[in-house]
Amino acid sequence: MHELSIAMSIVELVEEETERRGVQIDAVHLKLGALSGVVKAALLSCYEMACENTPLQGSRLVIEEVPVVIFCPTCQAQHPLSSIQLFCCPECGTPCSEILQGRELEVVALEIQECAPNPV
Amino acid sequence: MRPEPRLIEVRKNVLKQNDVVARALRDRFRAAGVFVVSLVSSPGSGKTAFLEKTLTFLRPNYRVAALVGDLATENDALRLARSEAPVKQITTGTLCHLEAAMVQSALEGWDLNQLDFLFIENVGNLVCPSSYDLGEDLRLVLISVTEGEDKPLKYPTIFNSADVAVVTKVDLAAAVEFSWETAYDNIQAVRPGMPVLKVSAKTGEGMEEYLSFLAVHLIELRQAVVV
Repeated sequence: MHELSIAMSIVELVEEETERRGVQIDAVHLKLGALSGVVKAALLSCYEMACENTPLQGSRLVIEEVPVVIFCPTCQAQHPLSSIQLFCCPECGTPCSEILQGRELEVVALEIQECAPNPV
Repeated sequence: MRPEPRLIEVRKNVLKQNDVVARALRDRFRAAGVFVVSLVSSPGSGKTAFLEKTLTFLRPNYRVAALVGDLATENDALRLARSEAPVKQITTGTLCHLEAAMVQSALEGWDLNQLDFLFIENVGNLVCPSSYDLGEDLRLVLISVTEGEDKPLKYPTIFNSADVAVVTKVDLAAAVEFSWETAYDNIQAVRPGMPVLKVSAKTGEGMEEYLSFLAVHLIELRQAVVV
């Protein structure tokens, strides 16, 4: 169970960004690869805990799950995998070890509340 | 004034801090010409016995050392010290995995130039260590015959992140009706092309093949550094 340390890293990273930009956060958008080794549900509950008593308290974590995409040397094409228990091309069955996508653990965007400038 | 939600693009790797330290470690290891192997497995797969044998067998010909991660005890370090190789314990407290910064601070005071092989034994856990790069050259995942052949399918992420799999306690294979073919197929399903070795730290079976595997990697590393 390392989701709490991951959640704390997210909070730390976002805090730095918000301080630098001087903004308030509504939501954090995260890409989570199927091979990241992180469980979505556990991360969501840990995120809430990690936000407590920080400027991020009350913010949402929006997780986009990213499937594994492999490159098949036989088809010379990329394919998403339906299961991470079988690294074979879903089209031709060739074992595939080249992973193009699926290890992501990345904060991609921040949703901020912005005050529209007063009409002059 | 009307609040408007707005998205700002960030694109930051959550584990960037760990990756930066791991990269610095890897550079240091390369510069010193030391080959670094990390060991991951579930608790009780025989990591420490395997590592103790590894250190003992390598020591006459190579300069070896080990860092060993454990939640609470120093038992593993004491066991490994019997090999007479330098060993340092990293007690992680409640943390279920090693991080690059822990390796970095554990190495303080060690002259890496005086080493050929450095082994890093991770905390017994097949889930969490997979996310953290430690700067190692080779990640070795162990699976003991007593755990059953389906471990790779249950923990595909860690097996996929490894470079070599070692099946341990093969002296017990017959007693637990372990199917080598099934285990091999399962490993290949989650990590096509990964080399798989069979060893028994107790009887010494397969240790010679494994040690030559390491020796070849050390030679390759040093050739790459020279080039």
